[in-house]
Amino acid sequence: MSDTTLRSATISVLVENESGVLARVIGLFSGRGYNIDNLTVAPVERDGSKSRITVVTRGTAMVIEQIKAQLDRLVPVYKVLDLSEGPHLARELALIKVLGTGEKRAEALRLADAFRARVIDATTESFTFELTGATDKLDAFLELMRPLGLAEVSRTGVAAIARGVKTIN
Amino acid sequence: MDGTIAAPELMNSGAEAVLRALKAQGVDVIFGYPGGAVLPLYDALFQQNEIKHILVRHEQAAVHAAEGYARSTGKVGVVLVTSGPGATNAVTGLVDALMDSIPLVCLSGQVPTHLIGNDAFQEADTTGITRPATKHNYLVKKSEDLVRVMHEAFLVARTGRPGPVLVDLPKDILIAPAPYREPGNAPHRSYNPRTEPDPRRIEEAVAMLKRAERPVIYAGGGVINAGPEAARLLIEFTRLTGFPITNTLMGLGAYPASDPLFVGMLGMHGTYEANLAMHGCDVMLNIGARFDDRVTGRLNAFSPNSKKIHADIDPASINKSVMVDVPIVGDALAVLKALIAAWKKDSTQPNRAALAQWWGQIDVWRAKDSLRFTQPRDPGSIIKPQYAIEQLYKATRGRETFITTEVGQHQMWAAQYFRFEKPNRWMTSGGLGTMGYGLPAAMGAQVAHPDALVIDIAGEASILMNIQEMGTLAQYRLPVKIFILNNQYMGMVRQWQELLHGSRYSSSYSEALPDFVKLAESFQAVGLRAEKVDDLDRVIAEMLAVDKPVIADICVDQKENVFPMIPSGAAHNEMLLGPEHKDTSGPAVSNEGMALV
Ligand SMILES: Cc1ncc(C[n+]2csc(CCOP(=O)(O)OP(=O)(O)O)c2C)c(N)n1
Ligand SMILES: [Mg+2]
Repeated sequence: MSDTTLRSATISVLVENESGVLARVIGLFSGRGYNIDNLTVAPVERDGSKSRITVVTRGTAMVIEQIKAQLDRLVPVYKVLDLSEGPHLARELALIKVLGTGEKRAEALRLADAFRARVIDATTESFTFELTGATDKLDAFLELMRPLGLAEVSRTGVAAIARGVKTIN
Repeated sequence: MDGTIAAPELMNSGAEAVLRALKAQGVDVIFGYPGGAVLPLYDALFQQNEIKHILVRHEQAAVHAAEGYARSTGKVGVVLVTSGPGATNAVTGLVDALMDSIPLVCLSGQVPTHLIGNDAFQEADTTGITRPATKHNYLVKKSEDLVRVMHEAFLVARTGRPGPVLVDLPKDILIAPAPYREPGNAPHRSYNPRTEPDPRRIEEAVAMLKRAERPVIYAGGGVINAGPEAARLLIEFTRLTGFPITNTLMGLGAYPASDPLFVGMLGMHGTYEANLAMHGCDVMLNIGARFDDRVTGRLNAFSPNSKKIHADIDPASINKSVMVDVPIVGDALAVLKALIAAWKKDSTQPNRAALAQWWGQIDVWRAKDSLRFTQPRDPGSIIKPQYAIEQLYKATRGRETFITTEVGQHQMWAAQYFRFEKPNRWMTSGGLGTMGYGLPAAMGAQVAHPDALVIDIAGEASILMNIQEMGTLAQYRLPVKIFILNNQYMGMVRQWQELLHGSRYSSSYSEALPDFVKLAESFQAVGLRAEKVDDLDRVIAEMLAVDKPVIADICVDQKENVFPMIPSGAAHNEMLLGPEHKDTSGPAVSNEGMALV
């Protein structure tokens, strides 16, 4: 039968910025049993009339095609673009709070420097770092912070865009 | 349709603006039930004569009635319900219309905007509840948006793959003045379904069909949704090719049942020849059907050696469960037009010798006569349900007849033994399988076709699910005929219990039934009963002769099962033919099959 290997897909969806549109997209995923690994949404048009939703999902090639077709037929959807079909850039931002004193605290700061994480808040017992990068870079940094007093994380989720001249419009 | 042109005209109330939009959309009838939140609309309805309102007895029935109206006319059906319980009662009907791609607009009342979210009296999150139950829905929060949303709702309901659209109308929006604009024809901002097929795909399809040795055409409800002209072109194309054609449950009537190229319905209770042709074909052309699980049986054994062409208006229906070789996105009418033109243009000669051989094989399957049954004729014999449908069909032939059904064995017998020659004459709940669909759907069809014969072929269990609509029939003098195949069982449940659960008939006996004759009379209808084979034709004749609603209670063999049957999880070539064919082998159902419905 059809290929059963799973792949990850980063899909950008340009939608009319109306109430309920995010619920419609999320409801589609939950109602049809698709995965959402990561999701972001924000207005992108100057007048606030359109929003861009980026979903990272997983499935067989057939399921990914289904997801795109299902998204595309929602009434407020302008465009669906599967960024993972070509070269693209994906970034997220994380705010990371690390509590501690002494050597661990110093080590956290050294590692943050190596990862180009910025210190955006500090007390004598804490640092808050801001780190931007691909998901795996953020994951790696968080792993390193875990033994050093990682206390809290807030992540934005993935924003993604195609490389080169290609656009969603 | 949002790009409106002329300057707006201010209407005295939102309710008046709504009615004007309905009129502009060609609406002449709506099915509804009043309540506090929609009183302004009912007041506006009271003060005009162009739109007729049919007062149903339950909101679910309003939606099914609108479905019957829509399916029998090709127009958009319109429903009006109040907030809270009115809207929640409509949900089953909305999902039914969504599954069967029926164009509807449902207007629901809502508490005033300033009370939304306050748990106000009769408040429900109607757009939240109906989001997965509709093709699209709207909550109108500003008077300026009201008319645009109304026009847009009709556009969305009727174009692309049709479906139900709900517009939630807060009471203050219905009261406040609102600007009115006529519908424009600017394209929608984000919604632009494709209807014209890609010509390259059409050429590929024709090249494949011309070289086919064992072809089959499999047509579904999409052809009916595309309008009568699509059905006419389906006949033209099929005759041009000489290929065998089968219809889905939703597609019955898309191709005339009496035509020699028609091999009957396919699927779980389809004919032997239709299913074996699907199984053995080398090229399959699917137009407007969706490879539903009732049709395919076990997916990995479905038509294993064929190249598949799938034309559908909904890109999400293509490659959803069955991978196809030639996907064609387009409206069935446009696709058929293009196929006919391309077939004529392509100079390749079809392989007539192979086709003749294929027809030889199909005729052998046909000769099996898989729908054969035996009706004992001695006076006093019990009526076979198949025979009841066959006699009903014979008695109505030549009359303009619309058939609706409830859900169960009677539905399948109706599909097998009533023969449809034209589209839009057959209305059944295919996707959702909603018991209680048939009576209100018949009501809607009768409202649309006052002089036609409209019959609900029912089961004694299903009919009780919307029996209150007898009141609506009486009020509007709708002469709907309810033909109950009364087997005193939820027969379809009983059949599965017999075949798959060791004949343990758990809760499937229809206990404590009403006397349907007296029940009819209490609603000013005519009640008739046939208990023996010798009563049947007389009861049918009496039923057809009266110009009033009728319940005909036809007492049929309680133990009869629907055959042929492809058990769940089985393949087309693992069909059971039943006792008539001395095929009494139980179904070989796997554990996975047992989990399927
Ligand atoms: C609303 C609803 N509830 C339950 C079912 C499951 N169901 C399918 S057929 C059936 C029995 C129908 O009995 P009846 O109307 O007497 O028809 P018969 O099969 O006997 O012809 C049931 C309970 C359904 N389809 N719809
Ligand atoms: Mg029954």
